[in-house]
Amino acid sequence: MAEIVLDKVTKSFPDGTVAVREFDLTIADGEFLILVGPSGCGKSTTLNMIAGLEEITTGELRIDGRRVNEKAPKDRDMAMVFQSYALYPNMSVRENIAFPLRLRKVAPDVVSSKVDEMARLLELSQVLDRKPANLSGGQRQRVAMGRAIVRDPKAFLMDEPLSNLDAKLRVQMRTLVSRLQRRLGTTTVYVTHDQTEAMTLGDRLVVMRGGVVQQIGPPQELYDSPANLFVAGFIGSPPMNFLYATPGADGLESPLGTLPLRFSQPVILGARPEHFADAAMIDEETRRRGIEFDATPDVVESMGSDKYAYFVVQGPRATSAELEELAADSGAADLPTDGTQLVARLPAASDARENQPIRLWFDVARAHAFDPQTGQVATADGR
Amino acid sequence: MKTLRWGLIDLLVVVYALVPVLWIVSLSLKTPATLTDGKFIPQEWTLEHYRAIFSTDMFLRALVNSIGIALIATAIAVVLGMLAAYAIARLSFPGKRVLVGLSLLIAMFPQISLISPLFDIERQLGLFDTWAGLIIPYVTFALPLAIYTLSAFFRQIPWELEKAAQMDGATQAQAFRRVIVPLAAPGVFTTAILVFIFAWNDFLFAISLTSTERSRTVPATLSFFTGASQFEDPTGAISAAAVVITIPVVLFVLFFQRRIVAGLTSGAVKG
Ligand SMILES: Nc1ncnc2c1ncn2[C@@H]1O[C@H](COP(=O)(O)OP(=O)(O)OP(=O)(O)O)[C@@H](O)[C@H]1O
Ligand SMILES: [Mg+2]
Repeated sequence: MAEIVLDKVTKSFPDGTVAVREFDLTIADGEFLILVGPSGCGKSTTLNMIAGLEEITTGELRIDGRRVNEKAPKDRDMAMVFQSYALYPNMSVRENIAFPLRLRKVAPDVVSSKVDEMARLLELSQVLDRKPANLSGGQRQRVAMGRAIVRDPKAFLMDEPLSNLDAKLRVQMRTLVSRLQRRLGTTTVYVTHDQTEAMTLGDRLVVMRGGVVQQIGPPQELYDSPANLFVAGFIGSPPMNFLYATPGADGLESPLGTLPLRFSQPVILGARPEHFADAAMIDEETRRRGIEFDATPDVVESMGSDKYAYFVVQGPRATSAELEELAADSGAADLPTDGTQLVARLPAASDARENQPIRLWFDVARAHAFDPQTGQVATADGR
Repeated sequence: MKTLRWGLIDLLVVVYALVPVLWIVSLSLKTPATLTDGKFIPQEWTLEHYRAIFSTDMFLRALVNSIGIALIATAIAVVLGMLAAYAIARLSFPGKRVLVGLSLLIAMFPQISLISPLFDIERQLGLFDTWAGLIIPYVTFALPLAIYTLSAFFRQIPWELEKAAQMDGATQAQAFRRVIVPLAAPGVFTTAILVFIFAWNDFLFAISLTSTERSRTVPATLSFFTGASQFEDPTGAISAAAVVITIPVVLFVLFFQRRIVAGLTSGAVKG
């Protein structure tokens, strides 16, 4: 158990790349912290610096109040689960799990009872004598977990541990990770790319971009009130919709219509898919809270419980450095649409059909507004 | 059809490689009278040549020298090569390319041009006609090859295994010894075989840097084989000796081959 403090931790590589810039964070004892961000934003580098596998260029890392910058990984007493699992291929499952204990010269009978306990916990008892090459992906993943847990480290560091599993296994393992962490109460830093893991697993979420921390907070808080465009666009799946809007005589002129919001300068409006609704399905009172508009979905995805309606609205597109980076990361850069592509999440019972006009409603009170230049949250005048 | 064609090609290669070997075996089994009859299969069989070479001290002594010198040179070259190759594969340090280039240059250097300086140096140092006097040049000339093959093997080992070992509480040395070396084993054995064969078969250094039975190896000793009288043809004895000295190499390769199991590293990472 440990409290981990990163104090202005910076990493610059010899070639001049600054992978992590002035990372400030206190990870409480027993906390489950998630690091997310697009590829190359410095998540692994941060984790490796905490682990001691990567040297800290400037700043200080403290574990339980003691500076550990100069300590070797083995003296920091943390365990790591790698994306590739990094199991020792020449050792059996049993030997893999026992390895950290054997290095610490734990008595053989204690080792074997601990390994057996791990095997029971992770359902590996049947495969203890196999080599990693003869295991399924999920089993390998569990061996990697077992090897990390077995010696009761001060903290777990996990770098995209589930990303090599197929979707179904990933769900199973996700709940296992969550249950194990709650049970053991060990401080955990977990790097992920996965929206669901980010939202569900952690106590707090850190969003990084280009080596700089964008926002830190509980997942729901980041989802509900993102501090900037980048966090808004990164958290949530499908992602938030963005619209360019300019101040007009009666309010904010947007491609959806005129919104009763007062801004003195153009803004980028953010609208979560679930804050749209099928106008026919809501009552009069709610309807007055937002605005109504007509749209013709070109694609409707039925997810069983919901329908995702994709439609295009005319008007200038919202552009900013942040949005371009997000689009590049999701592989959706330069979709050849004029106008803006939006997605609305509608109830399964909605009549929305492809190429059929439908009247939609947007909950104006839930709209986010950002400054197109700085990407920060824009505040409305007189509100 | 395809397998048949490949089978034929394989057969051709095997025959091409084996004919000279079988010829030597055949020569070693012929009686002195039929030695030059030009027949591939001996008409009269005899083990006389084998008895002859083992009856003298000269050959036995040379065999011991050969085995000792080749094994020691192999061990030293493989251990040094392993350390150097690991550094080359894992670390980036200034002058790395130059170092690799230089070591390859040594391997390409014509060895004959070094014989007379080496001869003088070893005489001065008292290394002439000793085991060390042969082991040292063998290690020198085998190292580039060892470093080159070993670094290719080290490069294939996933970096993360070493990081994992460090996270599990190993020092760098422990991570190397307990995780990396076992995984590099196929490479280590391959290299050991190559170095051993090089040292075992060397004639140039062996003939130039030795003068007595104290350190003369088999290839050099063979050239001192003469018949019982000057009119007797030593071909039979030389052939028998040549057959005998191939046996350790074959055993050495067979012994280590079992350990050169391809795909030993599979299963380390996702796959
Ligand atoms: N040894 C190195 N030398 C120079 N630059 C490096 C080195 N290692 C990483 N980088 C750079 O540092 C940045 C952060 O890399 P890092 O691996 O931490 O990203 P990441 O957030 O983990 O990405 P991913 O999601 O793809 O794993 C990247 O731009 C990368 O190119
Ligand atoms: Mg990474």
